[in-house]
Amino acid sequence: MSPDLTLVLQLLIGGVAIGGVYALIALGFVLIYKATDVLNLAQGEMLLLGAYVSYGLIAQIGLPVPVAFLITLAFSIVLGITIERVALRPLIGEPAISVIMVTIGLAILLRSIVIGIWGTEYRVYPDVLPKESAQIGPLSVSLEFLWSFGIAMALVALFALAFRYTRVGIAMRAVADDQQAALSMGINVRFVFATSWVIAAIVSSIGGILLASIQGTGILLATLGLKALPVAIVGGLDSIIGAAVGGVIVGVLETLSAGYLDVPLGGGVRDVAPFVFLVLILLVKPYGLFGKERIERV
Amino acid sequence: MSSAIAWRRECGTFHTTYAADMALRPTPLARARIAIVIFAALAFGALAGRYELSIANQVGIAAVGALGLNVLVGFTGQISVAQGAFLGVGAYTSAYLTTRIGVPFWVALPAAGLVTAAVGGIFGIPSLRLKGLYLVIATLAAQVVIEWFMIHLVPVTGGSQGIFGIPAPALGPLVFDTERAYYFLTLAAVALAVLGCANLFRSRAGRAFIAIRDQDVAASVVGVDVFRYKITAFMVSSFIVGAAGALQAHHDLIVSPENFNLAVSIEYLGMVIIGGLGTVSGSLYGAAFIRLLPIALATVARSVPGIALNVNVLKEAAFGVAIIGFLILEPRGIAKVWRDIKDYFRLWPFKY
Repeated sequence: MSPDLTLVLQLLIGGVAIGGVYALIALGFVLIYKATDVLNLAQGEMLLLGAYVSYGLIAQIGLPVPVAFLITLAFSIVLGITIERVALRPLIGEPAISVIMVTIGLAILLRSIVIGIWGTEYRVYPDVLPKESAQIGPLSVSLEFLWSFGIAMALVALFALAFRYTRVGIAMRAVADDQQAALSMGINVRFVFATSWVIAAIVSSIGGILLASIQGTGILLATLGLKALPVAIVGGLDSIIGAAVGGVIVGVLETLSAGYLDVPLGGGVRDVAPFVFLVLILLVKPYGLFGKERIERV
Repeated sequence: MSSAIAWRRECGTFHTTYAADMALRPTPLARARIAIVIFAALAFGALAGRYELSIANQVGIAAVGALGLNVLVGFTGQISVAQGAFLGVGAYTSAYLTTRIGVPFWVALPAAGLVTAAVGGIFGIPSLRLKGLYLVIATLAAQVVIEWFMIHLVPVTGGSQGIFGIPAPALGPLVFDTERAYYFLTLAAVALAVLGCANLFRSRAGRAFIAIRDQDVAASVVGVDVFRYKITAFMVSSFIVGAAGALQAHHDLIVSPENFNLAVSIEYLGMVIIGGLGTVSGSLYGAAFIRLLPIALATVARSVPGIALNVNVLKEAAFGVAIIGFLILEPRGIAKVWRDIKDYFRLWPFKY
């Protein structure tokens, strides 16, 4: 195999792996948007909080990893319910800008809580995933990438199936489709709202743990939540499949542009490329690749 | 006119001429109030100390920027998170023109507005097809891309160091290089922006903006050219924001990328929300609130002994809490609170 091709493949694998985690975070956006029509810009900070709580439990208190993981999940559930109950429910029926701003306010608050407790310095996350790398032909693939990709994709698939076949999933789809009709069919819309926030909190915590174990724990993790935005938008804000596909596309785009364009353009391209791509996609398909077009009536 | 009539409040609409109907300040009391505000602002400029004036300058510059943002978000309903980048375009344009080309401030300021208006117009084009949340993300893309250019277009922007040695504005022998002198410049800019915006929304274009905000499909049905007016809104807003950026550049005498990042966009959105969406006065209240909140907090934290808290974290948390609190308790902001207070006294002692 030529060295060029090896490089491309290497970049592709890295991109797909990181894209899997993006897809998981984007899943949080999509679930909340689908059920409640809210774009949750605090997703990155929910991820940050999940990562730090698990870090605190494992590295600072010294709990075994599975126990710490379960406590983090329980914490995410409480966090999701609290956010929905305190901040989002009073805003039902308010204009989009209010709802967006309240999630931004949440983001700022959650981040300052994290900084207040843990400070801003970078911390090495304890080894949760195996660190060795596997050799596939000429390519070396880090096992933690494979693991995190596998976990992320399994979760995305799990939620996609649950959304389709379980009772709660069907209720969520009904609410997403038409709140009033769902209410009149006896669906507990409040419960559905709370559930979607809980699920979003859980997936972002898991995403946070995966990313933290790959990159370490730092405040910059929150900006990765911002990166999941183009993922959700490229795929279409209301499509779970879109989140998975968008995640991989953005991940690959990032590593490829970082690999090829960073040197000629002077760095930082990996942060910009997804957004440029995003605008181009939106100009052609305003509802993303798999999003459902909204028909507007006066 | 007897004094009893001169001090009455408006208590219903009794206009007999179009001029009276269109007046910005319909009653003598309202006119007296505005005269007091102007007098107080001038007196503050003459009497206040350097520290107070520097805070006032920050508030004033933020107020101009918030007004610009409010034209877009509050009046036209197009949510933008590219405010920081647009401020930056204005600031960098003016800094570049005055330092590298030697253009005087009085030319660079409108030029900064025009360049920002052009950039804003370009990034407003996606609003043709994108609405609501998707548009938010498109403006986020604008923010990220423009920020990237600020850092990487080194020959023009000076990279991450930015541009320094920006000259203070000068008018003949008069140089605006002290906080006091600059205060009057800022005050004039705020007054211009307020007058411009207040009148904009009584014009044909302004009414079109509001129609688009309230229901864009309905607006297009009644004959409003939605796309044209959306772009116009982006350009008008960006012009004001760009001018605010230029004002900031010549006040700080330095521009660098971290002053125009996403956090700045969010700060300005916070001003507009807390002050009151779609109100001219609200932009001023919001700018003052957001600029004074951290200063007040720092003062309190210093005066309370034994607080070992990180003040910066406290400021951030307070900002987040303020946004959430206002949205939950008074979504229409300080402007609404102020109007409620006035309404209470208007009919006092009667309930209605």
